[in-house]
Amino acid sequence: MRRFLDGGIRLYLVLVLIFLYLPILVMALFAFNRSPLYGLPFEFDLVWFEALAGNKRLLQAGWNSVWIALANTVIATTLGTMAAVAFGRYTFRGKTLMQALLFPPIAIPWLVIGTAMLVFFFWVGRSVGAPGMARGLHAILLGHVALSLPYVIFVVGARLNDYPKALEEAAATLGATPWQVFRRVSVPILAPGVVAAALFAFAVSFDQFVISYFLAPPGVTTLPVEIYTSIRKGFTPEINAISTIIIAVSMGLMLVVARFYRFGGERSGNE
Amino acid sequence: MSEVAVTGAIKRYGQVAALDGVDLTFADGEFFGLLGPSGSGKTTLLRAIAGFIALDAGEIRVDGTDIARIPVHKRNIGMVFQNYALFPHMSVAENVAFGLDVRDVPAAEIKARVAESLDLVRLSGLEARRPRQLSGGQQQRVALARALVTRPSVLLLDEPLSALDKHLRQEMQVELRRIQRQIGITTIFVTHDQEEALTLSDRVAIFNQGRVVQAGAPRAVYERPVNRFAAGFLGEANFLEGQVTALSGGEARVALVGGGELALPQGDLAAGSAVLIALRPEKISIEPGMAVGANAVAGRITAAIFSGSSLTYRVAVGERLMIVFEQNKSRAPLTEGSEVVLRWNAADNVVVAP
Repeated sequence: MRRFLDGGIRLYLVLVLIFLYLPILVMALFAFNRSPLYGLPFEFDLVWFEALAGNKRLLQAGWNSVWIALANTVIATTLGTMAAVAFGRYTFRGKTLMQALLFPPIAIPWLVIGTAMLVFFFWVGRSVGAPGMARGLHAILLGHVALSLPYVIFVVGARLNDYPKALEEAAATLGATPWQVFRRVSVPILAPGVVAAALFAFAVSFDQFVISYFLAPPGVTTLPVEIYTSIRKGFTPEINAISTIIIAVSMGLMLVVARFYRFGGERSGNE
Repeated sequence: MSEVAVTGAIKRYGQVAALDGVDLTFADGEFFGLLGPSGSGKTTLLRAIAGFIALDAGEIRVDGTDIARIPVHKRNIGMVFQNYALFPHMSVAENVAFGLDVRDVPAAEIKARVAESLDLVRLSGLEARRPRQLSGGQQQRVALARALVTRPSVLLLDEPLSALDKHLRQEMQVELRRIQRQIGITTIFVTHDQEEALTLSDRVAIFNQGRVVQAGAPRAVYERPVNRFAAGFLGEANFLEGQVTALSGGEARVALVGGGELALPQGDLAAGSAVLIALRPEKISIEPGMAVGANAVAGRITAAIFSGSSLTYRVAVGERLMIVFEQNKSRAPLTEGSEVVLRWNAADNVVVAP
């Protein structure tokens, strides 16, 4: 009976993984297929990667996405970690209300947030007499930071909650100055949470379509926006090629982070 | 080694006084237990001594020096936390070395003192382990070694044994006492386990609602509680209410509410005054029969609870329910419904404040 159950569970998990990965595999496969019309039989060719290298629009959009995502990661992770530490380790007036206000942005549809941001930036631009300010990479970046901040605060906060404040207190009783406590106890303990949060921030930004689409001025696009536009025009396997590159890079990154997280993710003995 | 003197300590959180005028002196080398229900102020006092909490009023002096303005990391204290608070990203040796490392002690000396400290708690050989690879008792020892390696002037223990199972707890109590005696450090120990406090401490203080109800040697506090709270919190007690009817020859006669008579040493009792008597359940002998004379009452057993080495009887005496402990000696236990007489010595009647 037990063996039968084990077999059933394994089969189930395999099916789940197929469900998750089959579309991705098919997409990646066609990135290496010669036919522009997704025709079979499969003929291995790198023609779409070559075409991608010459597709200035798509590459420019890709770089825009990468830079925005990186900038967003740095800004949102820094601000979010500081906020998480403030929430987790200090008491101050209005803390509960502020924490409660972190939830809605995650639940509100991006469409609504995107519209609100568009209207807001438009209003600001007009108010300062520079309507051009309403859209652009700077607006996209600000929108992404606002969107990813709650995620960072939650991920870092969860890590922080796993560790009792007593760790930092113990370090202080042992003679560590506040700086030594931060550097030798708080930082190593928080690091895996911060890395995970940074990854979240990067993913939220890199994936983001609605806000980028609304806030991008004509002629400036990010990768999701550009892919959307070209799909409407009828798409070629170049899209598959760039998607495959992105998947390879992000999965590689995930594996590295997973290793790091396990290394640093030891919990204190009794919780 | 050091003496810690607390005078007039007050700490309020909103309307609640966590410490409401506490005066206590912890003598050099003494093992002092702070005992009380949760929220009684004992942990607040410990954390104030550690420096995590600033008092609203009053002062704490260590060897005569007011420590109010000294930050935690300069107080030279050792502290063991309830869940040990071992650094999960460091090995056992690194945990113990931490306090020396942040003080820039030379590496060779660190190594020697870590070895010495681990030897003291009998954990040599586990230097390379991570805290999560240790049992609860071992983690406890690491926490103790880490707290002692810096040679602090005071050792603070915040319910250090509460996370251990009963057997291990008793073993660690013995260990704790051995280590404390060996290095002679002034130790202040917070617990809500009354037995633990009695076993370990040279002196105990019972806290309630931010105040010290009673302080003294465990035996003195147990045998002569000052009031109903102290008697009821530390061990069990029967409370008998009555009125002093006569004084003669150094002896006071007390008529109990609901019948029965006590004779007890006169002390400073006045004729006609109402008194509350605390009587420990193990001081009472229980026999089949009828009551005769003072310090004896008749009753009927309503419950006989067998717990291995001892028996607990609940006895209905008139309107009152009394509790009696008896060692499980050879005699067959008395059964529920039996008519019994309870007897005790005059000296076991302890007059307490309500």
